[in-house]
Amino acid sequence: MSLVAPQHATVEDVVRDDAQDYLWTLNFGPQHPATHTTLRLLLKLDGERVVDAVPDIGYLHSGFEKLGEHLDYNQYVTVTDRMNYISPMANNVAWHTSVERLLGIEITPRCQYIRSIVAELARISDHLLCNGAVGLDVGAFTFFLYAFYQREVLYDIFETLCGARFTNSYTRVGGLMHDMTPLVIEKIRAFLRKFPKTLDDMDRLLNRNKIFIDRTKGVGILTKEQAINRSASGPIARASGVTRDLRKDEPYLAYKDFDFQVCCAPAGDCLARYLVRMAEMRESLKIVEQAVENLPAGEINVGINQRTALPSKKMVYSSIEGTISHFELTMSNRGFEVPHEESYAANEAANGELGFYLVGDGNDVAYRARCRPPSFIHFALFPDLIRGHTLSDIVAVLGSLNIIAAELDR
Amino acid sequence: MAIELPENVVISKLDQLANWCRKNSLWPMPFATACCGIELMATGASKHDLARFGAEVFRFSPRQCDLMIVAGRVVMKMLPVLQRIWQQMHEPKWCISMGACASTGGVFDTYSVVQGIDRFLPVDMYVPGCPPRPEQLIQSIIDLQDKIQREGTLNGREFNLESRQEPKRALVEIPSASLFDGARNPIF
Amino acid sequence: MATTDTTTLQALQGRFPAVTTSEFRGQTRVVVPSESLYDVLAFLKNDRGFDFLSDVTCVDYLNYRDAKDRFGLVYILVSTLTNERLFVRSFLNEPELAVPSAVPLWEGANWLEREVWDMFGIKFVGHPDLRRILLPPEYTAHPLRKDYPLQGRGERHNFPVLARNSA
Ligand code: SF4
Repeated sequence: MSLVAPQHATVEDVVRDDAQDYLWTLNFGPQHPATHTTLRLLLKLDGERVVDAVPDIGYLHSGFEKLGEHLDYNQYVTVTDRMNYISPMANNVAWHTSVERLLGIEITPRCQYIRSIVAELARISDHLLCNGAVGLDVGAFTFFLYAFYQREVLYDIFETLCGARFTNSYTRVGGLMHDMTPLVIEKIRAFLRKFPKTLDDMDRLLNRNKIFIDRTKGVGILTKEQAINRSASGPIARASGVTRDLRKDEPYLAYKDFDFQVCCAPAGDCLARYLVRMAEMRESLKIVEQAVENLPAGEINVGINQRTALPSKKMVYSSIEGTISHFELTMSNRGFEVPHEESYAANEAANGELGFYLVGDGNDVAYRARCRPPSFIHFALFPDLIRGHTLSDIVAVLGSLNIIAAELDR
Repeated sequence: MAIELPENVVISKLDQLANWCRKNSLWPMPFATACCGIELMATGASKHDLARFGAEVFRFSPRQCDLMIVAGRVVMKMLPVLQRIWQQMHEPKWCISMGACASTGGVFDTYSVVQGIDRFLPVDMYVPGCPPRPEQLIQSIIDLQDKIQREGTLNGREFNLESRQEPKRALVEIPSASLFDGARNPIF
Repeated sequence: MATTDTTTLQALQGRFPAVTTSEFRGQTRVVVPSESLYDVLAFLKNDRGFDFLSDVTCVDYLNYRDAKDRFGLVYILVSTLTNERLFVRSFLNEPELAVPSAVPLWEGANWLEREVWDMFGIKFVGHPDLRRILLPPEYTAHPLRKDYPLQGRGERHNFPVLARNSA
């Protein structure tokens, strides 16, 4: 086995490699309005046509995984908020699903339902922003405003639920921060009533819009084989005809109780990705509706014999077990027991498979907290998708991949 | 001098007039890197409407702007870019550091996050919060306008003051070795 | 729940006797010696239908209790037809921190392996473009190793300071 040295030291070297004199190089980002985030592309152009694109990332690398080795399982949820900040609830749920898999905790039915509701609302808010941004980038500003207005409604729901607009930190190991109040349920019901109308409006605005279709149809095609071979997941894979959805394939939370469909499209271009996202929002609405109407009664936290979630105040004040459990959980050197093992659990987040690979070492701090970031894997597809298209298609393709820098770089 | 002035004439200092013009037409450059950028967008959008305070003309070219709003964490790969953009802006220019990350590093006390952009750049206003609510950002812009009106000069002499040159630090730096004993048990 | 068919494991052990398997919370892991890692991955992909590489990552077991090896690579494989999930582990020790790259099998491994190189300093032989991906190219350390401090070694504050009047 012989070691090869890295062929290129820097990204500039990659582009310089085979400079042909009629090609010219364009630097795109890292601070550019159309990237939405902090990513950089080095483009090799033949006139308007993109011959090659070399992504350069890491402009927001903040050491999330290293931090996961120093914050305990409940503290780290605040950091997952900042990972995909478009749909933080989904990250919270994914993180604690993984932790509970490692700890072997079975959460209560009510908690499962509430987590499904918030995860689906997060999916809606993510898809709204992504599609809105695609619209904005190809010139449909009104569409963007429709989407953004509904996001404010969702923010309002989340704020009523947990007090923060989008850094929610709502889940806890074995439970939730607190229960859903009737006011939140009322607000969700109002949203369920009004949102389909907005979706119809949005459909009418763009689905048959000539300019939009010309800008997105046939642009950035990802074939089914490529999608599987290059680890694409989520709406991007489904827009290429991969019928994979973890909610159906490896059911977690309460998803096996709900009746919903997996939305797929065969074309694999930007338009297909847009349409899949639009269709998924309708399916998410269905899930939220079923979950809200069938919300089981009962506790949201697991019982005290699991020794992970804080017992209720009533229990703390009226029973000795409750007092002891509360005391032990808040002591810095007690916490909960974690197996000397490793496990992985994945959720279908708005962007794709979001999973955490956790290594426990008996402490209440993870020994290693690896995050499988969908944006990171999807951005690797970008050079292949853009090759041969024009400079102006870059924003359409980038928008349809929905790259969130904080998740891309962590 | 007892000259009768017509009613529609106001006497002022040239400095003050220039400041008044400047403070009401701030052109922000949104250096939005992370989550705070979302709240920055919300501030500019319809509900909060930054235009009410004369600071809504977001421009992505640094050469057109005079107020840089750094929203989000700045990591070591990004800092040279940030400094470059700051240098490309024309005087007079101001800088708002929005959010805990830009001001102090926030929760990210890690190997790659710069612990406060004010170590490497002059900052005029700090907005606390993670993320700050849009109202808070608006308040900081109003405060900055006050500051411009109060101490601004036509040729920007205030930027050359001795006190403005020293990097401001709110906290004394704790030696990093003592923050964590071993790999576990944070002791703060 | 992610499970793996026993026939897959039997076929794997028939082909590669050195492979050991274990299970935790319904997840099957196989430990593979690093010499035969590529062959095992190729076998799993081509003969057993694991066509989707979900993740490639690494764990540094420096102060882990009872750990014999320093680094443990993790490949998470999925079959999109049967939804089986299989965790392939391989352990490495200094100074031979090199394994064959999985890019010829799954192109999706490209950036994932670059990230492992960046964070742990493990070389992937035959990788088309093994550069640092998240950290700046002039960075010298591999930060996710356990002997690297959380706050770094001062790299984050190694920049010139711009004063108010220096622009
Ligand atoms: S201060 Fe908070 S919201 Fe703002 S960038 Fe930092 S982590 Fe994100």
